[in-house]
Amino acid sequence: MLNNIYNIFFIPEIFLACSSFVCLLFGLFLKRNAFRQTSNLAVFVLLLTILLVYYNSESNFANYKSLFSHSSFINFFKILALLGSIASIIISKDYFLGIKLKNFEIPVLFLFSTLGMMLMIASNNLMSMYLAIELQSLSLYVAAAIKRDSISSAESGVKYFILGALSSGILLYGFSLIYGFTGSMNFDDISYYLSKYDNLNLGLIFGLVFVMVGLAFKVSAVPFHMWTPDVYEGAPNSITGFFAIVPKIAAVALIYRFCLVPFENFYIEWSQIILFLSIASMFLGAVAAIAQSNIKRLLAYSSIGHIGYILIALVAANDDGIKAASIYMFSYMIMNVAIFAILLSLKVKNEYLINISDLKGLSKSNPIVSLSISIIMLSMAGIPPFIGFFGKFYVFIAAIERELYVLSVLGVLASVISAFYYLRIIKIMYFDESKSEGIINFQISFQSKIILSLSLFVIICFIFYPSLLINISASLTI
Amino acid sequence: MIDWPLVSVIIFLPLIGALIILFIKEDELTSINIKWAALLATLGTFILSLILWLQFDYSNPSYQYEEKFRWFNDFNFFYHVGVDGISLFMILLSTFLTPLCILASWNNIKKRVKEYMLSFLFLETVMIGMFASIDILLFYIFFEAVLIPMYLIIGIWGGNRRIYASFKFFLYTLLGSVLMLIAIIVMYRNTSSMSIEFLQGNYFSYNTQLFLWLAFFASFAVKIPMWPFHTWLPDAHVEAPTAGSVILAGVLLKMGGYGFIRFSLGMLPEATEFFIPLIMTLSIVAIIYTSLVALAQTDIKKLIAYSSVAHMGIVTIGIFLVNQQGLEGAMMQMISHGLVSAALFLCVGVIYDRMHTREIEFYGGLVQRMPLYATVFMIFMLGSVGLPGTSGFIGEFLVIVGAFKFSSYVVIGAAFGIILSAVYMLYLYKRIIFGTITNNKLEDILDINTREKIILIPLAISVILLGIFPNLFLDPMRLSLELIITNYEIANAK
Repeated sequence: MLNNIYNIFFIPEIFLACSSFVCLLFGLFLKRNAFRQTSNLAVFVLLLTILLVYYNSESNFANYKSLFSHSSFINFFKILALLGSIASIIISKDYFLGIKLKNFEIPVLFLFSTLGMMLMIASNNLMSMYLAIELQSLSLYVAAAIKRDSISSAESGVKYFILGALSSGILLYGFSLIYGFTGSMNFDDISYYLSKYDNLNLGLIFGLVFVMVGLAFKVSAVPFHMWTPDVYEGAPNSITGFFAIVPKIAAVALIYRFCLVPFENFYIEWSQIILFLSIASMFLGAVAAIAQSNIKRLLAYSSIGHIGYILIALVAANDDGIKAASIYMFSYMIMNVAIFAILLSLKVKNEYLINISDLKGLSKSNPIVSLSISIIMLSMAGIPPFIGFFGKFYVFIAAIERELYVLSVLGVLASVISAFYYLRIIKIMYFDESKSEGIINFQISFQSKIILSLSLFVIICFIFYPSLLINISASLTI
Repeated sequence: MIDWPLVSVIIFLPLIGALIILFIKEDELTSINIKWAALLATLGTFILSLILWLQFDYSNPSYQYEEKFRWFNDFNFFYHVGVDGISLFMILLSTFLTPLCILASWNNIKKRVKEYMLSFLFLETVMIGMFASIDILLFYIFFEAVLIPMYLIIGIWGGNRRIYASFKFFLYTLLGSVLMLIAIIVMYRNTSSMSIEFLQGNYFSYNTQLFLWLAFFASFAVKIPMWPFHTWLPDAHVEAPTAGSVILAGVLLKMGGYGFIRFSLGMLPEATEFFIPLIMTLSIVAIIYTSLVALAQTDIKKLIAYSSVAHMGIVTIGIFLVNQQGLEGAMMQMISHGLVSAALFLCVGVIYDRMHTREIEFYGGLVQRMPLYATVFMIFMLGSVGLPGTSGFIGEFLVIVGAFKFSSYVVIGAAFGIILSAVYMLYLYKRIIFGTITNNKLEDILDINTREKIILIPLAISVILLGIFPNLFLDPMRLSLELIITNYEIANAK
């Protein structure tokens, strides 16, 4: 019995929750360098959590009467979210110090949000799912508005909060309908109950639609994407980096689990919704990004486009789809980490880079950096031999396995459109002649340099040994 | 035979050269080192690829020098490369032209020499890799990766409208090739194999074949390019730097023809049979229309670019005749066009470097000042026209002989196009070379220097060699082509 109580602390979520409080106190009692020390501690805590997730993967200890679930898919996404979180804390440290935003709460907020994401990914019950989403979102609302004296930051925080609250409300309403008509909150029970019927009744369809709308908000799929560009633009760059990298991972895992666990037998009903979301996201993401001059808005639309591709794999709803989603999410995380590691270190006339046109002449002053950006952009566009291509490739394999030919053709067409704006960035760096040189500074800390080099290494060298990731993702079960 | 991985070495030697160049610091003094490193890497590749030819077994129709490693664990994807009679000369063409390109850019590329050489070496690796790959996924990866260096070459070192041209080139060809990705996946799903060697046959139902054929057609027709998908080509050619145009015309266009032979003919025979009238119509329209357009051009490069489309029309006719003469003619025409059009672009580069204009109006009477230049230009011009004794003749002749078996209308169209090609090329030559010098600026123009001789004379020799000893080239490819024709006939005889 005593043994078991000790073991509780080795459950990753509990460990992370306790350590987050420790971090909070730690920051509170530190006199100087609180932000830097807390960040370091947060990274350390997250690293330990990864180890715990990895070694706890077989245990069934933390089910809490099946509020949460355990599977290889869940563990994979948990580790992905934790890795993304670590990377974004490390790459954003210097940026926060640079803009004199030294609140030690920031890493703690990231920790709580990561905890929420881990719970989100694992949740097996409507109630725990809702609470996890709220834990994650509330931390992020605060993070978006953390730069209190900046109007844009406050605006983005409020915008995010209001729209997020709205979507949570819709989500909750959907949950109540599902609960009302099935009599259970548990995914497995709902699945069991529904398996007795051939089709959903009207109430359940409404519930499903409401939940889908709420989840679409969270993954920012079109037409529920409006908040994304604004929040990305308004929040401080490093917070944007966190938004782009981590919450998407959790939200994608959640939408996959929600569709494939309780409603797996009602493919026809939810796949229509996802199909629409997917096509709309791909095309809007591709077209709207073309006109952007702000790099953060561009990346926001780019992430909307990526979500479209991930949802293709969800429409496919087979083992290949799960595999494709995990490979795609991995490549998405790596590419975003790399691009934000660079963006957070680029300064134009002592201001952090925001306008795409400021990249002009970068290839002359910083050839290595511009080469890296080009590689990341080509990878995001899905051009081989970089990792982004393999993400798309597996998505299309999954889609064709389901005989979704039209969707696949639309997908590749959208990828051609989106190639245009990725190429535009390369064009600005390489083809445009810059009048004034040397106004761009690239200063990067040692730690973010390691993160950047690692992620670039993965982007470029994935082709030489793809089996490592692909074997893992092929073995995932939802 | 050779017991070391020759093909992989040929593929990756330029890339190793590129890695070495990456670590040479670039400034005024060291840029010469970068150029030498690039030249040595490409020359080494060329010499190794000659071994490929010398050791080639003429009596073996299938792949030789095969290397196969498991690449993805979960699917049947392999790193699988090899060479057969069809790809042998495509690889040789790539390895032959790249050192010449490096030499051609020796003095006229002044900015960003390092990036330039990196792009060319990377381009060579992916070109060779594409022709050598036996796994479709590998083929596709190389096929698309070609876009990256070419986009940079056009966009950074190109002319005034380079940005427009580079975007058009990239997006146009990407649009074509992404559909091929879908087709590849569908093929994989139906057969669980990605081996080009295995898929040579007739594995798909008739309807599937039709769709797959269209998807492949989209990418290869843009690449080769066929009328009406050719509009990216004149822009890309005109705006690219000389060496870029050389590679574009010399090798990249051949990717389309190569793809048609391997994929459309080899894997989708029944659909090919169905679509032959379409191809023939488009090809004849291309030959006649683009020849007439070429006649009206005022820019030398644009004229040669349009002539490329016309010559590629003859190639597509030859391929889709699907008989021995037609295919051999198409292959010869591709090799010949690779040499001749590359050489013509280099010739244009020679006078462009001196006068910085490509307007035909500007020139006239160059023979008075540049006799040697006039001579080599004449050889290439006649090669493009298809005079007997040059490489162009063999290809056109074989295609026309093959076309007689198919339809005399096709013969009439193709022959008419060949006459037109003589008209526009001779007219161009007359305007630039003959006559007296009317433009004062041309008074002290210099004849070709040693470097330019080193570039142009090997090309001139190979154009004539190809014209006099075509069997040197036809013998290695004969059995491989026969194999494809036999498969095709078996599939359609059912």
